[in-house]
Amino acid sequence: MADVTITVDGKKITAPAGTLLIEVCKTAGIEIPAFCYYPGLSLQAACRMCVVRQEKVPKLQTACTTQIAEGQVFFTDTPEVVQARKATLQLLLGNHPLDCPVCDAGGECELQDMTFKYGAADSFYAEPKNHREEQKWSPVVYFDRPRCILCYRCVRVCGEGMDVFALAVENRGSSSIIVPNVPAQLAPDNLAQLDCEQCGMCIDICPVGALTSGTYRYKTRPWEMNHVATVCTHCGDGCKTTLGVRSTSDGSQIVRGDNRDKSGINGDFLCNKGRYAFDFANNSERITQPLVRQPNGELKPVSWEEALTYVGTKFAELLNTHGGRSFGVIGGNRLTNEEAYLLQKFARSVLHTNNIDHHRTADYAAFAQSLAGTAGRGASLRDTLIAKAVLLVGGDPTNQNPATAWNLRSNVRHNGARLYIANITEIKLRRQARAFLHVAEYGYGALAEYLAGDDSTSSSVTPDSAALASFRDALRSEESLLILIGNELRGAELKRLIDFGLTIPGAKFALLADYANSRGAADMGLLPDLLPGYTHIGPIDTADPASRIALEYHSPTSPGLDLLEIFDAATVGNLSALYVAGANPVARYDVDPATLKNTFIVVQDMFLTETAVLADVVLPAANLYEKSGCVSNSYGDLQQVKKAADRAGVRSDFEMIVRIADKMGADVRKLVPFGPGSNSEGISADMGQTRGAESGEADRHAVWLTANNLEPRLSPFDPSAMLDEIQRLVPGYKLLRLQLLSGNDQHLSPAAVPIRDDAGLVQISNRRDLVLPANDTLFTSGSLTRYSASLNDLQQNQLRQPIIQIDNKTVVD
Amino acid sequence: MPRLVSHPDEVIVLKRRFGQGAAKIDRYIALDGYAAAQKAIAQGKDAMPGWIIDTMKASGLRGRGGAGFPTGMKWSFVPKTSAKPKYVLVNGDESEPGTCKDHMLFREDPHAVIEGTIIAGLAIGAKTGFIYLRGEYRTLLNIMEHAVADAYARGFLGKNIFGSGLGFDIITQTGAGAYEVGEESALMESLEGKRGVPRIRPPFPAVVGLYGGPTIINNAETIANVPHILLMGGEAYCQLGSERNGGTRLFSISGHVERPGVYELPMGYPLRKAIYEVAGGILGGKELKAVVPGGASCPVLRADEIDIGLDFDQLAKCGSMLGSGGIVVLDETVSIVEFALRTIKFYQHESCGWCIPCREGTDWIKKTLTRVYEGGGAKKDIETVQYVAENMMGRTFCPFGDAAAMPTLGFVKKFRKEFEDYIEGKKAGTPLMTEEHILVGAGH
Repeated sequence: MADVTITVDGKKITAPAGTLLIEVCKTAGIEIPAFCYYPGLSLQAACRMCVVRQEKVPKLQTACTTQIAEGQVFFTDTPEVVQARKATLQLLLGNHPLDCPVCDAGGECELQDMTFKYGAADSFYAEPKNHREEQKWSPVVYFDRPRCILCYRCVRVCGEGMDVFALAVENRGSSSIIVPNVPAQLAPDNLAQLDCEQCGMCIDICPVGALTSGTYRYKTRPWEMNHVATVCTHCGDGCKTTLGVRSTSDGSQIVRGDNRDKSGINGDFLCNKGRYAFDFANNSERITQPLVRQPNGELKPVSWEEALTYVGTKFAELLNTHGGRSFGVIGGNRLTNEEAYLLQKFARSVLHTNNIDHHRTADYAAFAQSLAGTAGRGASLRDTLIAKAVLLVGGDPTNQNPATAWNLRSNVRHNGARLYIANITEIKLRRQARAFLHVAEYGYGALAEYLAGDDSTSSSVTPDSAALASFRDALRSEESLLILIGNELRGAELKRLIDFGLTIPGAKFALLADYANSRGAADMGLLPDLLPGYTHIGPIDTADPASRIALEYHSPTSPGLDLLEIFDAATVGNLSALYVAGANPVARYDVDPATLKNTFIVVQDMFLTETAVLADVVLPAANLYEKSGCVSNSYGDLQQVKKAADRAGVRSDFEMIVRIADKMGADVRKLVPFGPGSNSEGISADMGQTRGAESGEADRHAVWLTANNLEPRLSPFDPSAMLDEIQRLVPGYKLLRLQLLSGNDQHLSPAAVPIRDDAGLVQISNRRDLVLPANDTLFTSGSLTRYSASLNDLQQNQLRQPIIQIDNKTVVD
Repeated sequence: MPRLVSHPDEVIVLKRRFGQGAAKIDRYIALDGYAAAQKAIAQGKDAMPGWIIDTMKASGLRGRGGAGFPTGMKWSFVPKTSAKPKYVLVNGDESEPGTCKDHMLFREDPHAVIEGTIIAGLAIGAKTGFIYLRGEYRTLLNIMEHAVADAYARGFLGKNIFGSGLGFDIITQTGAGAYEVGEESALMESLEGKRGVPRIRPPFPAVVGLYGGPTIINNAETIANVPHILLMGGEAYCQLGSERNGGTRLFSISGHVERPGVYELPMGYPLRKAIYEVAGGILGGKELKAVVPGGASCPVLRADEIDIGLDFDQLAKCGSMLGSGGIVVLDETVSIVEFALRTIKFYQHESCGWCIPCREGTDWIKKTLTRVYEGGGAKKDIETVQYVAENMMGRTFCPFGDAAAMPTLGFVKKFRKEFEDYIEGKKAGTPLMTEEHILVGAGH
């Protein structure tokens, strides 16, 4: 739309014609209050707070529905407007309980703020307020009915935003009330409740304290918390989440997760896991002391010094006697990039082995290699919000990548994006799809071939050949296409699909994974046959820049054992040591514990998982909310992880790796290029004491120094030292430091360096089991699930829901 | 059930077939029924829409629902071509207290509504019309449904109406008993099966209406006028009324009069004559105290304010409204405090609750007036009621808020002394409400 100029309070403002006045004013710094207006949701004009005076118009106009046109003149702050707003507040407060001192929203309540501004303090009603009892709608959603001001934000975000429609208005007039979708008569305990995705968006969006969080309510006052914006640890979308943190006797504890910082890649969105499932950190089963297995077979708490010395000595001894080839190293999907990078560098340069892998939840090796030699083909999560056409093959974003699903829904709703879905199950997102193709089981490979032009595979994709043909025709007519791929597509079939996509000039790709840093783990080289940035392992050629990493590492020039082979080696007695950082491969890959009885096992974890209970040494680890660094989401969007919580006794994986290397007698300065200037000579390693930091506290000091605009004097425990090297060595990680430290996301797209000997893909389809999608639902998150009380409650709650079947044939009257 | 009444001063247009069994299609046809639709079709496909709209414009007919918007102009706003189907929606959700004119139309002359709907459809190029009846009008729905079925049987509705090659369908629908649904955009929501709350405008229904298609929404009385206008000619109809207020109008006169009922009077007819001559004067020869001139939402007139003509403009000038033509006459025995409470109870009960000023405002006025009525009032309560009502005016999402605030303001401003006396224990009039009325509220 063409720009027009309007006058607001005497100020000339230019903006595109048709823009809502409330948005125009916001941009110009003129505040217009509103309860019901919420950007991106349908307009209501119900709260009447945004009224303004428009010249030559008899009645006050609502700024939230006024589309601007050339020459309009508005007044937003006249006595008449102020009185209208004040009167509306007086009417609201008539029935609204003034229990702000005990209200969860006290201090962050829009009604409170507006009352403060407009001074609607007079109370002239003698009659009692309408009281209604509070209701518990789910383990995480409570509704305090008298506080509700009926702005309908919750109803809209649930329906329009989430496509769940679990909330609605019942009754009318002053009896109007928000109700959940399971009425009392149908609920197990005769109390109305919610059968929904439990995302908690309704709580976030509630301007007052009517909808409150079951995990947070009455625990604290908002001003008693520090608010730290970091990245959610759960799925591969990598939503920015704001953690409310409060000091406790043994550190600082997260008491709330929400999304008050809307600047992240997730915009307004946060799902139930990001909002509630931080509570695993407070689980009573958490280990906070290093454990070492005694001769009698018991795990006994020991000091950090003792445990680390034991691990270092034992690793050095086994390295001497059995060599690096007898070591296996397994990293995790929730390590930061710095930690993952450090872990593989430690394996390759200190343990001299390529026997390193992780639980691959998506085949990023095949993904990167399929895109080898291309540029700009990686999609950002932000693209899902603006792409004109999207193809989703496999996956179920609603359950596994909820922010992706939110963005796709928003894109269809706001921009009319064309969404094409091919899936073996009728996933919920099909409701937004222009075309949904029901693919036969194991049919994705055939689909990829059919799309690429091989008509012979048609019957293996679906019996409905006409639907298939029109699906392909529709895709071919798209000039640009965002192709999102579920992680069940691996190896050759993944490559075939990407090959088809590459024939569309504007196509971009993303492979959807399960955890916060599944992508980063692969990017950072937690792979036996690829170095960081999917760099090929092979003979060193000093003239080839691709050999730079191997040259610096002095790492073995032949690929190592992958995760399955590591356990195979244990079975035949060839695995002397297993080092696991933040993973539970024994449960994930169903490893027989007996095969590991002669292997020295070190596990870094928060809990005694199936893997940790087998360990000789268990080192209590900090989780992603307790450390700093960065992670890369499924799309390759890099974001900063900020330390929010703290727990006495635990250490970050980063620190543990460095200290083990130190105890092994390795040159720590070669492992972590810390100190002023990287890799310069003559600076002695002091393990961080130069800046007065206690061992293990370096990380927190770095945060403090950064916050105070001081340059951190790098210690070997400061991950930013590692980031320098990642930036320097890892292809595709030419990141913008300022962007990262500002808390902004940036899209990186590491595509593999073309393979020199043209040997094809490193991972091929006969190794399917190696890539094992976690298939998490909205209420699970791998091994963390069982330690999260909120996820357990939600699972139980889901099981209790009545199954309501509506038979269309009988619903006639 | 309203009785059939008549008076020599009446100018009969709409009531022409009342009391003559015109609900039966043969009788309706014998009384010139469906002649107007055929006259329109006889103009030829191309000339027909323009001819109908021009005739309607010439008639000066203004919407009978209360807002008084010129009908011909409304129809001319509908775009000639539209990707989505166009619709005619007849608003028969007659719910304004004191108004029962559409009731008479549906009962006595249902085919006139059907024929008017067909003509409106022909004018704008719609293929479907909806006749929406108030939820409580169950018996009238039966009559309407019979009439529609008869019209189909005669080929007046269906794929080829009157052999013209044009198709037109009529669907009848009822509400579930909500005053708010009489507001045209809430009516569309209700018809679509949604909650009966109004829509944001623009877009206006003529552009984006029912199911997203261009829609004209007319009051049942407006629509029933259409065949008559086409038969008698626009100018002839116009001359029956006063300046800028063409034609006649059905007035539902109720309350303390000798002969209550629905009278058809020319627009501009003197209110005093309507009360004292047409309706036979005050019941039992008592003194007149006040008149609500156009349905419950119209500000009350004192006995000394009734020398005024009944049209949109004259009533607007004296601070009230012609509304839906429901004249409620109150004699000296009426307690205005009680009457004000009854009125606001209705609006409090019927408020859809969508926007804050109406939802909360009607509730607080009701609560405060209830306490005053029960004897617990203080003088500042009058201020409170007035303050709340003044702050509802012009601030609500739809006209409902004004409809609730205006009569309240009228009562407390024009009869302030009576409120003050009441609070001091000097009660005027004879309270009629029982305790049950107070608890449950009027209108249940």
